[in-house]
Amino acid sequence: MKIIQRGKLAAGAVLSLPLIWTILFMFVPYAILFVYSFWEKKYPTFEAAFQFGNYFTIFTDPQYFQVLLRTGKIAAFVSFFSALLAYPFAYFLIFKVKTNGTRQLLYMAVIAPLWISYLLRAYTWKTILGTNGILNSFLIWAGITNEPTDIFLYNQFAMILTLTYVFIPFMVMPIYTSLEKIPKNLIEASADLGLNGFMTFIKVTLPLSIPGLVAGFTLTFCLSFGDFIASFLVGGPDGLMIANVISSQFGAALNWPLGSALAIIMLVIVLTIISISDRFERLGEAKL
Amino acid sequence: MSDIIQIQNLSKHFGNIVGVNDVTLDINEGEFVTILGPSGCGKSTLLRMIAGFEQPTQGHIFLDEKDVTNTPANKREVNMVFQDYALFPHLKVGANVGYGLKVNGVNKSDRQQPIIDALNLVGLSDKIDNMPHELSGGQRQRVALARALVRRPKVLLLDEPLSALDANLREQMQVELRHLHKKVGLTFIMVTHDQTEAMVMSQRVVVMKEGQIAQMGTPSDLYDHPANSYVANFIGTTNLFSSTATKTSSNQININYFGQPLQIAANDKILTSGTEQIFGFRPEKAVLVHDHRQATNGLQGKVKEVLYQGLAARILINVGAGEIAIDQMLSETKENARLPSEGDQVTIEIDPHKIMAFEQGHIT
Repeated sequence: MKIIQRGKLAAGAVLSLPLIWTILFMFVPYAILFVYSFWEKKYPTFEAAFQFGNYFTIFTDPQYFQVLLRTGKIAAFVSFFSALLAYPFAYFLIFKVKTNGTRQLLYMAVIAPLWISYLLRAYTWKTILGTNGILNSFLIWAGITNEPTDIFLYNQFAMILTLTYVFIPFMVMPIYTSLEKIPKNLIEASADLGLNGFMTFIKVTLPLSIPGLVAGFTLTFCLSFGDFIASFLVGGPDGLMIANVISSQFGAALNWPLGSALAIIMLVIVLTIISISDRFERLGEAKL
Repeated sequence: MSDIIQIQNLSKHFGNIVGVNDVTLDINEGEFVTILGPSGCGKSTLLRMIAGFEQPTQGHIFLDEKDVTNTPANKREVNMVFQDYALFPHLKVGANVGYGLKVNGVNKSDRQQPIIDALNLVGLSDKIDNMPHELSGGQRQRVALARALVRRPKVLLLDEPLSALDANLREQMQVELRHLHKKVGLTFIMVTHDQTEAMVMSQRVVVMKEGQIAQMGTPSDLYDHPANSYVANFIGTTNLFSSTATKTSSNQININYFGQPLQIAANDKILTSGTEQIFGFRPEKAVLVHDHRQATNGLQGKVKEVLYQGLAARILINVGAGEIAIDQMLSETKENARLPSEGDQVTIEIDPHKIMAFEQGHIT
């Protein structure tokens, strides 16, 4: 008995630090946020209450609801374009590149930017798309335009471009892994049974790579959904995201209750997506 | 019978490595042929070229008198049973079996019956709605067979089909595959490294060595008349030794086993020019004699080990610097079956007609 108790004590000692960490820095802040979301704004600050006014505001005031919609739309576009670019790339690496070295090199070329600060990578697009940027300089040099244009920057297009660039490794990685896991003899078996390359892709490769696609969609969507910096750097008023609105509620607007309610809604959306994709992935895993 | 497959001077190089080297082979319609050899001998490459997964470097493959050398795999009327089955994990058993039927332009409603028939053939029609991962290894193997057979290919290719099964199931499947072959009447080409499997199942065996055909023939041809020491050693066991042969005045041919004289019956493979060549005899062709004075063509040695195998015993005997294996049947009367003990001095008698002569060479 004593040994068991001592074992429990040891396990408790090992677990206590991460447990305390998680409680202190994860659950407590969430709880505070949750409580705050029911508080009430009273100029100049806010006071404790229990009412659903903040949530009501979010769903009735088009200003907030539209930002939520726009954020969702931008995140969806980013996931879509990431998949559109990442899938053929991963497919090419797995099925067309013959040598392992080349495959690793090309794979790393996509993954390596993750080691560079995200801020810097997003900022790069500002220098490319900006009024005095590379794109404008090129257009003037090529004689296509006479003076620099500002149409490239500070819009949703710039946002989607930047976020796609920034988050595409998170799409490439899971797709690459799922394609890599497909046994090569399944492709051969399909050809053996009379299907051409395209039909084999539709009937075997694509269905078996869906878990990777779902994981990639989840990652890029959730990351884009919570993004704050791209909007700040290249988005402009048209590219305002939910995270920017939340930050302003906690800052200039000094409306912590509304900010908390927005954060809770954002959290619920992201968690819903993650749990759906998780269930989907488990469904796919059982088959393999 | 006509040739369903003709392979002419087929070679496959992988960079500097020669996988298959100038193989010419005809396979009759309805035949069960096994390509046998150790790993790396090119047997799988040969099969994969017939299937269309590998493009030959040289040579031609004819399927039913049509040159299919450059025909892609999906256009060839052959089907393959893969070593690890290669069932589509996301499709039900029925959909796996029916996978290739859609291409043949069979309507969805007409697809069901062939699927059921094919699954009946392998005794698995009750598993039509199961997923592959719900089946055992043996059942997956059968589904793979049904999937390949349902398209009525001109040739069924089997790539080490039984190697992933455990010993009991493998023996059972060997018999089942033979029956299946008789029942469907298609041409089967199987690749294996297991000589027993090859001997048991096929009508003709092609033994490969280093990308080339070492010998082909019926199982009994290969066992009784191996063309060279490689085949003699690969199919069953052979006591191989090297010696020079000399012809005596009385037209006897003398050779020696590590110094002890032996007689061999005349045979056109024997080189009497004084060059060293390889000879051999099967373990069951030699007998132990209890009185060495009665031995007519005998070798004397010391028993090294006795391996009891139920039906027979294998006795390993040191003769000079060599080691001879002989098999003694135990089904005879008790006296005859008396086994020597380790360390006993014994005499082995070999019929001069049972000693085989092989190619020039030396065995240490």
